Amino acid sequence: MKTYNYLLIVLLLSLFACKTEGEKDVSENTTPKPEVEETTDELPGLSIYNLPTTWTNQDGEEIQLEDLKGDVLVMVMIYTSCKAACPRLVADMRNIHKKVSDKANKNTKYVFVSIDPETDTPERLKAFAEENEMDSDEYLFLRGTKEDTREFAAVLAVSYKSISPIDFSHSNIISVFDQQGVMQHQKEGLGEDDSKTVKAIEDLAN
Amino acid sequence: MFFKNAVGCLVLIVSFLAHAQKESMAIIEKGSYVPLYGRDSVQVDVEQFAIDVYPVTNADFKEFVKEYPEWRKSNVKALFADSNYLRHWKNDLQLKEEELPNAPVTNVSYFAAKKYCECQGKRLPTLDEWEYVAMADENTPDARIKDAYNEFILSWYEKPATFNNEIGSTFKNYWGVYDMHGLVWEWTSDFNSVLISGESRRDVDEDNNLFCGSAAIGSSDLMNYAAFMRYAFRGSIKANYAMRTLGFRCAETIDKSTEEKNENL
Repeated sequence: MKTYNYLLIVLLLSLFACKTEGEKDVSENTTPKPEVEETTDELPGLSIYNLPTTWTNQDGEEIQLEDLKGDVLVMVMIYTSCKAACPRLVADMRNIHKKVSDKANKNTKYVFVSIDPETDTPERLKAFAEENEMDSDEYLFLRGTKEDTREFAAVLAVSYKSISPIDFSHSNIISVFDQQGVMQHQKEGLGEDDSKTVKAIEDLAN
Repeated sequence: MFFKNAVGCLVLIVSFLAHAQKESMAIIEKGSYVPLYGRDSVQVDVEQFAIDVYPVTNADFKEFVKEYPEWRKSNVKALFADSNYLRHWKNDLQLKEEELPNAPVTNVSYFAAKKYCECQGKRLPTLDEWEYVAMADENTPDARIKDAYNEFILSWYEKPATFNNEIGSTFKNYWGVYDMHGLVWEWTSDFNSVLISGESRRDVDEDNNLFCGSAAIGSSDLMNYAAFMRYAFRGSIKANYAMRTLGFRCAETIDKSTEEKNENL
């Protein structure tokens, strides 16, 4: 009888239990990672790695945001069918990559997060990467769930809105994160002077 | 015996949930409206959903932080809430003396509000849903053309410190929902979908060529000054901001097959 009651309590609790962020994205083939090592190496409060989300990259692989820990991240939010600002944002990213030294680029990842996850399938992201000659290891293209994307944009202070079935309006911000996932620099606007961004990456990656 | 208990328990839960929803949430029937700013400035369809009758209170939020210590003010991660988080609380679990338990909780970030709703099995309302409910006065679902309605809202914007009034102290609207205007401003799930020409962030300017489709972003009813203020406010805040005038309430999708439709992300 006692065990039955216990079971009932578990049942009740599970009904009311709060979904954790990670569980929202149901993925078939992710192996649960041990979380014991966290205690030895606690994340700074401002780290984006406090936001446990699962993303799919341009090769169709599932990754956790935290897998990127240890590299400097240069992040931007785009969508591949965009014809106006995104090509310029992409060009800005390419220029930054070019200006940053090879040595620093070894420790840096350039990350494009899609704001249109329905359209931007991994195949499409892959094709986009190739078209833009961004198929080397430093470049990463990610898509997540709509909800995680909205939340991630909130973290980057990026606004976006679907304004027609194929177009979004969005703010143009490139963000630089240190190895612990703390934002260190943001560049707002298009085609603006990127020397500060380049310096921020160099300072962090070396 | 176990079976009997389980069934009894389930019935209890189900009736409790149904009851809870009836008590504290209002059903909003589907419809469409033209928001101030929208997708091509055309009609937005809103599917049937449920929304909390009242904003979440200090007392409600205390229950939440009791259960989820990571959201107490001494524990919350800076990524998720700035240093103003629950500033009107004396400590992790107690309000300051002059604060009312039954007033809307404020000084909460987007992340905290979102988490709170998820932990109730709910979600934040979308911007379109919130505005749809908010355009009702006591008797009509869309009162935006009425002078008295707009004047009421604008007169509230001029009143100081309404955040410390108790919930339910403003009017009950057409849907049976209280306090959409008059106490605090509220978070929405896609608050960061607002891009207004000429807003303060430098990357959003009026040069239509620079932005993907920004020609479509414009006010569809500039006369609606009260709504303009809300959209401008949303366009100026960040997700980790905790502010004295900003609270929230939760919503729930009724027909799960329409889940995506109100998002309009």
